[in-house]
Amino acid sequence: MSGQPSTYQPKSGFTRWLDSRLPILRLAHDSFVDYPTPKNLNYWWTFGAILSFMLGMQIITGIVLAMHYVPNATMAFASVEHIMRDVNYGWLVRYLHANGASMFFVAVYVHMLRGLYYGSYKAPREILWILGCIIYLLMMATGFLGYALVWGQMSFHGAVVITNLFGALPLVGESIRTWLWGGFSVDNATLNRFFSLHYLLPFMIAGVVILHVWALHVSGQNNPIGVDPKSEKDTVKFTPYATVKDGFGVALFVVMFGLFVFYMPNSLGDVNNYIPANPLVTPEHIVPEWYYLPFYAILRAIPNKLMGVLAMFGSIGVLFILPWLDTSKVRSMRFRPKAQIFFVIFVINALILGWCGHNPPDKFAIPVGEGGLTFVWLSRIGTAYWFAYFVIIMPLLGIVEKTRPVPDTISSPVLSGAATVEKA
Amino acid sequence: MGDTAVHSGSDDPNRRDFIHIAALAAAGGAGAMLAWPLVQQMNPSGDTLALASIEVDLSKVTEGMQVVLKWRGKPLFVRYRTAAEIASAQAADSEPLKDKEHSKDSERHVVGKPQYLVLVGVCTHLGCVPTFGGGDYKGWFCPCHGSQYDTSGRIRKGPAPKNLEVPDIAVLSDTMIKVG
Amino acid sequence: MRRILSVIAPVLALAIAVPALAAEHEAKLYTPKGGWSFQGPLGSFDQGSLQRGYKVYREVCSSCHAMNLLSFRNLGEKYGPFYDEKFPNPADNPFVKTLAHDQEAPAIKGINEETGDVEDRPGLPSDRFPDPFPNEYAAKASTGGYVPPDLSLIVKAREGGANYIYSILTGFVEAPSDVTVPDKLYYNQSFPSHFLGMKPPLADNKVSFDDGTPSTIRQQAKDVTTFLAWASEPKQTERKRLGLWVMAYLIGMALLAYGSYRRVWKNVH
Repeated sequence: MSGQPSTYQPKSGFTRWLDSRLPILRLAHDSFVDYPTPKNLNYWWTFGAILSFMLGMQIITGIVLAMHYVPNATMAFASVEHIMRDVNYGWLVRYLHANGASMFFVAVYVHMLRGLYYGSYKAPREILWILGCIIYLLMMATGFLGYALVWGQMSFHGAVVITNLFGALPLVGESIRTWLWGGFSVDNATLNRFFSLHYLLPFMIAGVVILHVWALHVSGQNNPIGVDPKSEKDTVKFTPYATVKDGFGVALFVVMFGLFVFYMPNSLGDVNNYIPANPLVTPEHIVPEWYYLPFYAILRAIPNKLMGVLAMFGSIGVLFILPWLDTSKVRSMRFRPKAQIFFVIFVINALILGWCGHNPPDKFAIPVGEGGLTFVWLSRIGTAYWFAYFVIIMPLLGIVEKTRPVPDTISSPVLSGAATVEKA
Repeated sequence: MGDTAVHSGSDDPNRRDFIHIAALAAAGGAGAMLAWPLVQQMNPSGDTLALASIEVDLSKVTEGMQVVLKWRGKPLFVRYRTAAEIASAQAADSEPLKDKEHSKDSERHVVGKPQYLVLVGVCTHLGCVPTFGGGDYKGWFCPCHGSQYDTSGRIRKGPAPKNLEVPDIAVLSDTMIKVG
Repeated sequence: MRRILSVIAPVLALAIAVPALAAEHEAKLYTPKGGWSFQGPLGSFDQGSLQRGYKVYREVCSSCHAMNLLSFRNLGEKYGPFYDEKFPNPADNPFVKTLAHDQEAPAIKGINEETGDVEDRPGLPSDRFPDPFPNEYAAKASTGGYVPPDLSLIVKAREGGANYIYSILTGFVEAPSDVTVPDKLYYNQSFPSHFLGMKPPLADNKVSFDDGTPSTIRQQAKDVTTFLAWASEPKQTERKRLGLWVMAYLIGMALLAYGSYRRVWKNVH
């Protein structure tokens, strides 16, 4: 898929026979063995492999859970507890799946911020980036559907809130909401279709991942300095160099994953989800899972229901046009000192938005005397920066910013000992 | 220095160093460790195992009667045999039997109580439930493919390969037994 | 090395931030003297405490609170209150059988196969803990309008977990003089709104402990909370024990992967 001439040499009679009929080994060899990889990739580039690992993990544990789970409103909660209590190692499989979802999002956020920092969305990688955004959207949908399946209090009322979001859309909103519900409210029919879709979407993610990897192999990997490899000196073979580094990255990530699964499996969840769903009582604070919190804050920042929903979808939608909003000629922020500052503010701002999403809107985030700054106002500031970063700062900065000198090739900083460049 | 990314000879990174073999083995071990619970979860769960054994009160079964219970999702025949049935079963001990394993009648009825016979009511051919009182041997007759069992539940005629299964039985008291 | 640190740092930050985030809700809660036997990565349930705790649940709590997700056989499971290594299948444990068989109030209902009537029958290890009320209306009628929550998951379903349950059980104090306690409610210092529909359930010597442990309110509260913490996740000791081995293995694997990585990359400049 790399566009390079293939160097695959079938060794045995069978592989020669196979190669002339279905060159699948050639494809694997050219994509994952001989594929030239920039030699200066840092650890942030191992998150692609970590994400593939997590997707596999979620699909495998999910299939196993589906062998025991009952998608019925009266039995769903009890069947999850049956998995926790009676199924052999069911507790392990369920905690792997529940915490795996969180780890998947940890990894995808690192992966996205890495792309943002090193300009991995810029030409010729626009399609690669957009496919990534589609994967992210599918992940959000899958995570939401899966969380609903537990059918605890937070599952249920979270599903009520999210499905009502769609109801805010003009013209089609009411119909979409009714189709999601299959009735007059979130109920058994909703749970059934959520289960069906939750089983389907991961395979759609896997499909888009294949396209994502395909696009990656056509354009080649970006790298920390954002300069395309010019010669063989700039690259190493994917195997063993990238595979072993990815392997180490995955191993480290799994250590963190294990800590959560075995020693704080419920720390990322909500206590209310251990109470069976009750349509007549809403928990005091409806809080989504942590990975949706910044977007939940954006939703609540805007007092108008429709505008809030549009802002929330828009905050993700803007990522799709990012390749055309960034006007800078320099790809990597390593050579863009001003962009670095705005990027760091963006990350901190996203965390603050998450903090806002976690708290009741009218509580004081920063108390001053009797009054202070409420979370809803803080999230308004955060929302403004979120959009300004993409729509105003990115286009303008590319024009006005004075960038640092960019090396000609990946190897040149080392050859010329240009320490000034590496310091960044 | 830096002129080529990949050296050859003794520094060849593809060389099967101990550290690479160890790392690969560790990854393989981790995969196996993950596979273990994923396979184990397919075994019967705790609530299923809790129902794996039942206690049966034999005093509820009267002479010449058969009580059918549900045990492990299958029918369990608990039969109080008449003197004639016991006699015909014991007489058949010496006849050529198809399935000779533990096929003496004394090895099949409840220990010390020849009148009680407890059987898993599943034909050993393809799993149908045989009915009592049919066939040439006055034992059980399977309506699906015509297998015939005698009054000790032994296969005598038809396609079934084995005798009706006698489950594990523990005698708890004069009238109580535990099956499974 | 600097690069590795840049990966490890956010991981550690997350590991520290998460418990800190959870801690912000734990206001005015108390931990019993000596702490919990099950706390920490090496903790496991004190079996004596579990057994006393079951007695407190059975003699006091179970008259109003159901535990729908528990069966008698669970009591004999590994790391559980009445586990006996001679009986790996808890359904065979004679003590568990006796507990199930002698279960009276509330009694286990069964269908009489001769008459078709629903009537009391002796329990089996596979039976679930019986509900104190036939339905939620009966519960409301007898408690004055509240449905007492099911206790199967109560320790996992409340902010503060075991400390919260312990604090509620020991938190019935005299109301401050400027507070008027509404009718049919009881003042509790640890309940968020301070007015609780549950009567103070425990009293000194209300439950007699066979092992000679002094039966104070605090002891009863500590034991029943330990029991409820076990009931909310009977597999948690198994989880922590297995976790030690798995974590040691994974860290070893990460070190090997790092060695392999350094070896492969040592000639790349």
